Amino acid sequence: MSREEIRQLVLDIIADIAPDEDLSAIDDAEPLRDQIGLDSMDFLDIVMELRKQHKVEVPEADYGELRTMQSTVDYLVPKLG
Amino acid sequence: MERIVITGLGLTSPLGNDLATHREKLLAGQPNVQWLKPRYMEECPAGICDFDATRYQKKKEVRRGTRAGSISIYCAQEAFVSAGLKVADLDPSRIGVYVGTTEHGNVETETEIANIKEFDYDTKYWTHHHNPRTVANSPAGEVCLNMGITGPHCCIGAACAAGNYGVIHAAQQLMMHEVDIAIGGGVSESIHTFGIFAGFKSQNALATNEDPNRASRPFDKARNGIVISEGGCLYVLERLSDAEKRGATIIAEIAGWAINTDATDFVLPNAERQAQCMKKAIERAGLKPEQIDLVSTHATGTPEGDPKECAALREVFGENMRTYVNNTKSFFGHAMGAAGSLELAGNLPSLTDNIVHPTINVDDLDPACALPKLVTGKPCQAEEIRYILNNSFGMLGINAVLIVKRFEA
Repeated sequence: MSREEIRQLVLDIIADIAPDEDLSAIDDAEPLRDQIGLDSMDFLDIVMELRKQHKVEVPEADYGELRTMQSTVDYLVPKLG
Repeated sequence: MERIVITGLGLTSPLGNDLATHREKLLAGQPNVQWLKPRYMEECPAGICDFDATRYQKKKEVRRGTRAGSISIYCAQEAFVSAGLKVADLDPSRIGVYVGTTEHGNVETETEIANIKEFDYDTKYWTHHHNPRTVANSPAGEVCLNMGITGPHCCIGAACAAGNYGVIHAAQQLMMHEVDIAIGGGVSESIHTFGIFAGFKSQNALATNEDPNRASRPFDKARNGIVISEGGCLYVLERLSDAEKRGATIIAEIAGWAINTDATDFVLPNAERQAQCMKKAIERAGLKPEQIDLVSTHATGTPEGDPKECAALREVFGENMRTYVNNTKSFFGHAMGAAGSLELAGNLPSLTDNIVHPTINVDDLDPACALPKLVTGKPCQAEEIRYILNNSFGMLGINAVLIVKRFEA
C-alpha cells in the first residue's frame, strides 16, 4: 500500500468518525486534534477501525504516533506498506 | 398544593413529528404501521418514526449516541420551542430532565454481539462506546449534553408505564422545588432490538396480520397481540405561578395521579390493582369518577390484557359509565416507554375542541370490551372534555394513571 493510499484510508476512517468536519484542508504536519473536533473516544474509534478494517494493532504505548496525519502514515507504512 | 401545568410538548410518532400532524391523523383515522425486519427474524409489523435527528444534533452526536437519545433530544428541543423557552435565557442548573423508558441498552448490546460475532467473539472488537450508550440514564443525559442543561437528569425505568411516570416524576420535582422547569415524559427505541420482538413472539403476544395497518386492534375479537413502535413525547412542566409570571401559554393542568404495583405476576395485568390506581388518582384530583370526560386506555391488543382493563374501568366508573373511552395504539401500536406520554398528547387537543379521536380496527367488538362510550371508527364530538384520565400499565405490575384537566385560571 502506498503512502497516499494509507493516508486515504486514515482519512476515510476519520470521515466516518467526524462526519460534520471538512477534511479537505488537513495539514499533515499539524496535530489532528487541533484541526478537527476529535476527543479521546474518537481517537479510540480510529484505533478500533484500524484493528477492524486493516488488522493493525496500535498498542497504547504507540498512541502518540497517531498525533498528526504525517506521523500516522509514517507509523502505518511498515505495517500496511 | 402547588399547581403544575404543561406549557410545551415535543413529540415524534409514526403518525408525525409534531402534535398537529399526529392529531390530524388520529382524527382522520389514518394508521401508520409498516413492515420491519428485526435482526435474525422475519418481517414484523412495527411503528417507525421519520423525524430528522440532524435538526438538533450534529451527525457526530447521532453517531456517538443512541436512537433513544436522538428521540429524546428531538422531543425535548421541540418541547422547548413549543413552550417559548431557550436554555440560554434560563438558569440551566434549575432545569430537570426526566425521561421514562421501558428498557435501555438492548439495542446497543445486540448490535455489539452481532459485531463481535464477525470476529469470532473476540471482545477486543467490542466498542468503547458501549458503556456510555447503555447506562440507564443515557437518553436523559444526552438531552442535557445537547441542550447544555446542568440540573438533575434521570431515566425512569417503569416498563410501559414509563411515559406517564416521567410526567408524574417531573411534576413531583417541581412541587418539591428541586427545579423550576421540568422536561418529562417517555421515549422508546424498542423497534431496534430484535429481543423485544422475539420475546413477545415467544410469549405468543406479538401481533400478526396480512396488512400491518390492521395488526394493532385493541378491543376487537380478532386481536392477537402487540405491534411494537418507537417514538417519544416530552413535556415542559412548570409551577403555575412561574408559568403565569412569564406569560406562558398553558396547554393543560396536571390534576392528579397515582402509581401502584400489582405484586401478582411478572407479565399478566391485574384488573383489581388497575382499578385501585385509577380510583386513587381520581380521589387525589379531588374528583368523582363521573367527572372524568375521557379515558385514554392502555389496551395493547392482547387477548388477555384488554378485557382486564375494561373490567377495571367498569369497577371504577360503573357498568353504565358516561365517560368516553378511546385507544391510540390502534393507530401505530405500542410505543412502550413513550406510550403514556404520546397517547396523552394525541388527546390533549380534546380539552379545546371537545372532539374524541376514535379507536380504529374495531371490526368485531369483543363483548368483554364493549364499554358504553367506546369511540370507534370515527371521531366523536363530545359535549365537553374537561378531564382526561390516561392509563399506562407495564410488566412487573407497574401501573401509572395520570389525570389532566383543561386549564381554568
